[in-house]
Amino acid sequence: MTTSRRRRPPEPPTTERLFAAQGAGLVEHQQRFGPLPELAGTALVPLLDRSGLTGRGGAGFPAGRKIAAVTGRRAVVIGNGAEGEPLSRKDAELLSRAPHLVLDGLKVAAAAVSADKVVMYVPSRTVSTIRTALSERRSAKVDRHPVTVVAAPDGFVAGEESAVVRRVEGGPALPRDRTVPSSTSGVRGRPTLVNNVETLAHIALIARYGSRWFRSLGDPSEPGTMLVTLTGGPTTPSVLEVPTGTRLTDLVGHLGVADPRALRAVLLGGYHGSWISGAMVTGARLSRAGLAHLGASPGAGIIHALPADQCGLARTADVLGYLAGESARQCGPCRNGLPQLARLFEDLGYHRVDDRLVDEVCRMIDLIDGRGSCRHPDGTARLARSALDAFASDITHHRHRRCEAALTSVHGAGGPRHRTSGSR
Amino acid sequence: MIDQALWALGRGTGITALAFMTVALFLGIATRSGRPLLMLPRFAVADVHRFASLAGTLLVVLHMALLFFDPYAQLRLVDFIVPFLGAYRPLWLGLGTLVFDLLAVVMVTSLLRHRLGVRVFRAVHWATYALWPAAMAHALGNGTDAGHAWFLLFAGCCAVTVCGALVWRLHANYTEYAGTRTPGRQ
Amino acid sequence: MRTASTSPTRLHIDWTRCHGRGLCTELLPRLLGRDVWGYPIARDGSREPAVPSSALSEARTAVDLCPRLALSLITDVNRGPGNRKAGTSL
Repeated sequence: MTTSRRRRPPEPPTTERLFAAQGAGLVEHQQRFGPLPELAGTALVPLLDRSGLTGRGGAGFPAGRKIAAVTGRRAVVIGNGAEGEPLSRKDAELLSRAPHLVLDGLKVAAAAVSADKVVMYVPSRTVSTIRTALSERRSAKVDRHPVTVVAAPDGFVAGEESAVVRRVEGGPALPRDRTVPSSTSGVRGRPTLVNNVETLAHIALIARYGSRWFRSLGDPSEPGTMLVTLTGGPTTPSVLEVPTGTRLTDLVGHLGVADPRALRAVLLGGYHGSWISGAMVTGARLSRAGLAHLGASPGAGIIHALPADQCGLARTADVLGYLAGESARQCGPCRNGLPQLARLFEDLGYHRVDDRLVDEVCRMIDLIDGRGSCRHPDGTARLARSALDAFASDITHHRHRRCEAALTSVHGAGGPRHRTSGSR
Repeated sequence: MIDQALWALGRGTGITALAFMTVALFLGIATRSGRPLLMLPRFAVADVHRFASLAGTLLVVLHMALLFFDPYAQLRLVDFIVPFLGAYRPLWLGLGTLVFDLLAVVMVTSLLRHRLGVRVFRAVHWATYALWPAAMAHALGNGTDAGHAWFLLFAGCCAVTVCGALVWRLHANYTEYAGTRTPGRQ
Repeated sequence: MRTASTSPTRLHIDWTRCHGRGLCTELLPRLLGRDVWGYPIARDGSREPAVPSSALSEARTAVDLCPRLALSLITDVNRGPGNRKAGTSL
């Protein structure tokens, strides 16, 4: 293997990887990262397997295995940037600051599955950024296949895999019933690979710098770095790139929270994730292994802090109301159950609580869990269960018509954040 | 003698077909309600609906075949497929042909529904609401027995059944669980 | 290599089609209950309840009779790669 002696290749990035380039343009991208090597078609999967990259869209499925499952002719590759989760902005940030990394990853993945249709699925406000990046690449003749840009509607379920496939086919961005995975039969029955844009960006870096480089940071069982969106603290919301397995205390510190035990709770993984109480934050790490014992998972890197003067049950009731509104309303149990669960939680959070109510809430959670074409009811059930767990003491307080949040509110400044507007 | 037999059977099968179609329509509406009917559980309602439809279709085919071979009826093959071209009372005969045409499409799409998908199947199935009125009109207009009291009594019973079913169909509480469910996107 | 008799047959419900008419819950009472809105609910709590061989014929009837064509029977055999149309009635 001879390397070109014309120029030394740029040094691989160390801690800041995804945002290492000086700007979002193609020139800055190529300056910082160098050219994208041509990988032999079969080389990508073993490379990704060795690197241990898992999907960054929330499910955390091993990237190599996902690509290996896409076999057959006329494959389709879709980069999914439809970040429907209100608490997440990492994909938006990535697309605006490093679109070429994402597009490189898309190119590599497309070559690996011999795709003849390559799509970027992004929110409407990001379409022009991607189009600009694509025209830069066209002028420089970077991509082999033309990339189609499909606008994703705003909405929580618009990024769900079967909804993505349906939208790319020209239909509505609503989930579809599936008896076989998209890798077998997706867009118009063709084998389809759908990858989160951050996953693609990591693939672009691994293709350049190899698996050992990728593994040099992060938790050995799920290595590398990941983007997190931090919200809920005194500082403004931010997106950070951190190694996997980072201590939650450090992350919460970035939010301007000095002592996590002063927080009422932290929501991990977004609206389909889990609450953990403030006390549990110390000692927890941002990885599957580091959170499993708390019944939580990093998901798509969403970390949302709930201050002590806010009531977790009330906040959850608001979120459940939002999730009920975001149902695609195609499936009976979801369409009927989510609004009912939201109403019950409203009682739990804002009104009178008794044994019967708690039982009803538990029953309703069981009724929605696993009963729909997509995982929207499952994720909603997960959130609700974690709330019952993390805020168990609040339930006791509410039974006696008290609220810890009200007791903790600072000298009447703004009062207890109990009756939040609930509007979204 | 044979002619008389063919003629009688031709009319008889027609009348019996109408009876089965009335039952099929009623049970179809009952199936859509999602409710059990008297002693019949829901799956049996659906099953008997199908049986009645198939029986009705068979009788219609028999009715057509017998009349085709009956010299008195003077029917050409084209009259069985293209409506309103017949010699004797073309309007009423044409309605009969229309019934057969619609029945053919409905039965084929029903038998192939798993391949065609629920949307195509349902869309075509709406045509069944046109089947019964056309069949009844054909019977009254073309039927030799239309003037007789027994036939009018029979037709009246069929009409009452169908009207009752339609009133039920349009009732607010028609489907089981109508009260407890949120309306869907579908 | 697993033979067809060892891989369990599972009942797949297309929730986007299901209207909770309840025919399947009548034909497969041990497999399915009915929730408060009339939709079928697997008694074993799984997404796709396994159909015991004793209930296979009733399951096929349910797949056939469902007015919304919301049911299908799946085996692991016909779910693998290369099979585009799993879920056609057995």
